[in-house]
Amino acid sequence: MIGIQHYLVVSAILFVIGVFGIFLNRKNVIIILMAIELILLSVNLNLVAFSAFLHDLVGQVFAMFVLTVAAGEAAIGLAILVIYFRGRGTIAVDDINRMKG
Amino acid sequence: MAIKFIVFLPLLAAIIAGLGNRMIGNFAAKLVTTGALFISCALSWPIFIMFLQGVLEPGVVPVLSFIHSGDLQVDWALRVDTLTAVMLVVVTSVSSLVHLYSWGYMAEDDSQPRFFAYLSLFTFAMLMLVTADSLVQMFFGWEGVGLASYLLIGFWYHKPSANAAAIKAFVVNRVGDFGFSLGIFGTFLVFGTVSIPAILEAAPGMAGSTIGFLGARVDTMTLLCLLLFIGACGKSAQLGLHTWLPDAMEGPTPVSALIHAATMVTAGVFMVCRLSPMFETSTFAMHTVTYVGAATALFAATVGTTQTDIKRVIAYSTCSQLGYMFFAAGVGAYGAAMFHLFTHAFFKALLFLGAGSVIHAMHHEQDMRYYGALRKHIPITFWVMTIGTLAITGVGIAGVFGFAGFYSKDAIIEAAFANGGNAGQIAFAVGVFAALLTSFYSWRLVFLTFFGEARWAGSEHIQHAVHDHHGHDEHASDEGSDSHAPVHGHDHHHGPVTGTAGYHPHESPWTMLVPIILLSVGAVLAGFVFHDYFIGAETGGEFWKGSVAFNEHLMHAMHEVPLWVKYSATAAMLTGLVIAWWAYIKDTSIPARFTATFHHLYLFLLNKWYFDELYDLVFVRPSFAIGRFLWKRGDEGTIDRFGPDGVAAVVAGTGVAARKLQSGYLYTYALVMLLGLAAAASWVMVR
Repeated sequence: MIGIQHYLVVSAILFVIGVFGIFLNRKNVIIILMAIELILLSVNLNLVAFSAFLHDLVGQVFAMFVLTVAAGEAAIGLAILVIYFRGRGTIAVDDINRMKG
Repeated sequence: MAIKFIVFLPLLAAIIAGLGNRMIGNFAAKLVTTGALFISCALSWPIFIMFLQGVLEPGVVPVLSFIHSGDLQVDWALRVDTLTAVMLVVVTSVSSLVHLYSWGYMAEDDSQPRFFAYLSLFTFAMLMLVTADSLVQMFFGWEGVGLASYLLIGFWYHKPSANAAAIKAFVVNRVGDFGFSLGIFGTFLVFGTVSIPAILEAAPGMAGSTIGFLGARVDTMTLLCLLLFIGACGKSAQLGLHTWLPDAMEGPTPVSALIHAATMVTAGVFMVCRLSPMFETSTFAMHTVTYVGAATALFAATVGTTQTDIKRVIAYSTCSQLGYMFFAAGVGAYGAAMFHLFTHAFFKALLFLGAGSVIHAMHHEQDMRYYGALRKHIPITFWVMTIGTLAITGVGIAGVFGFAGFYSKDAIIEAAFANGGNAGQIAFAVGVFAALLTSFYSWRLVFLTFFGEARWAGSEHIQHAVHDHHGHDEHASDEGSDSHAPVHGHDHHHGPVTGTAGYHPHESPWTMLVPIILLSVGAVLAGFVFHDYFIGAETGGEFWKGSVAFNEHLMHAMHEVPLWVKYSATAAMLTGLVIAWWAYIKDTSIPARFTATFHHLYLFLLNKWYFDELYDLVFVRPSFAIGRFLWKRGDEGTIDRFGPDGVAAVVAGTGVAARKLQSGYLYTYALVMLLGLAAAASWVMVR
């Protein structure tokens, strides 16, 4: 029998993978975007799992919202990436270090 | 009243010339300051003459209120009595003549307005000093003349030696002024007032009382008098605090004449005379004054015999004469002290201005070893210098006529004898011996300068002048010699180079000659005309009107001393003259043989009793060492290290660490964000 804890474990694993994907990744900004997607999906999974477990639809509605925002975020992120590539000619993470205050 | 004009005209002139400076130009600055001084002088003489006639009563003219704080009531007020009147004519006469003299002497200098402004400022401060009605105002004038003296000694500020001399004068005077200010504080503590008449009135009542000082019980009046006397010692260059005066000769010669001969250095004598009723209450203080004065008279006279710089000889002569004035005051003959101050102002200013004229003629050469045979070339200067020397050595025949110094110096020597006490006897013996030395070094100066062969060829200044006639401007301010290195040179080692080197000395312009000639009239007549008023047993008391403690009994005794006492000073003077004539005219090899025989004595005197070296060792070096220690260890090593520098280092270190945090990489920021989030979440949950 698959219980709530299985969903939560999978979700947690996804979340941790996503987090490590952000700051262990030295290659490509796109991978960071994908890692963010992974984090959002793990959150979605949590929401949906609790929604089903608690018989409360609000969680699933929230999941829909998160999907929407994630789509928008991916679109904007990719757009920035394109602009950045045109300007700098690279999207390697190690070359992106201009965010000094 | 005229007194306000007398005092404040020089201040006004100093402000105009000083602030106007280059804007109003040389001529206007000179005209304004000299004019103001001549007006002051013209207003001062009537006051003096009215006191001579006895038609003017002492009075106080209020000017402004100054400090009103509890018991301390000080007002600016100008006191006019006989003592002030004497000082007024001395200060304004010499000052106005020196102003005029400077027209010629400073003609080639390029900051003349500044010079004349300083001179007038000095005159104002000196007049404030002599007209002071309270000790605070006297202290104001006291410091004012000190400031002016500092500014004028260092007038040629591009010369390191002049700066050093100015600083030395200021620092040594601080020592004296510290004593003076302590004396003023003590006086206020004891009497509850700083008004001079009130203090003098209350002083006899305090005789014999005691006061706590440095944990000991001491006699009140002795303590106060000694503290005030320390101030007088500093200003008047008495033994111990005298070292600044010879170095002050770095200043322009008119300054030496005005400040370091005729007026400022006599401020100490004036102060002792002004406060004479106070000094009368303490026998110990009087004895101290006598001994210090006598010691200075002897010390300075001995040193004066070996110096070769013409201005330094006269400077030591001044020091010695101030010693005379002090021991006159010490034995109670204040009238005689003031009389000598009065006559000395004329003949010493005359000697200095005459020396300035010689220096001017000799192209700023000041070393007498390179003079000689100047009598024919600058006859007017020669004659006035001779008159000055006759006056300072005290030439005269009792009861007939004498030059100025004859009356005043002999009066001092007789008063010391008439005093009768131990101190008086010692002062008398020292006074007679110093008179011999005075005569010797004064005539030595005249003989070396005006007689014998011309020895100009040895002088660098003269050679410079001969080879380069246009170099005069550059040399205009090149007077003086370095004074700090101990002197090892000897008269005979240099081997006089005789010859004129083709140089033709020129007599000074009339602006320089007129003041000297006028002063020489004073040097001839000042003693003869005024001695009855200043030191006459019957007329003196009437003249002074209680402005000094006039001791009629002493004055009587002074006029009735044995005949040999009367003639002892004259005999000493003649002996000195004969020795000088023998050594510097008759047989010029004597000085060389003498210095070879008594080599150590000679070096001892030539190096001024090693006072400068002693002070250097005892005070100057340790202060430098302490200063360096506090600078390197205390300031840089402790305060800076843990204070500003330490804080700065901490900030810089934190900055280095913080810079590493801010890498600019996205993943670093993300990690930090995550850690923060995790910490915040944990905190919320654990709470």
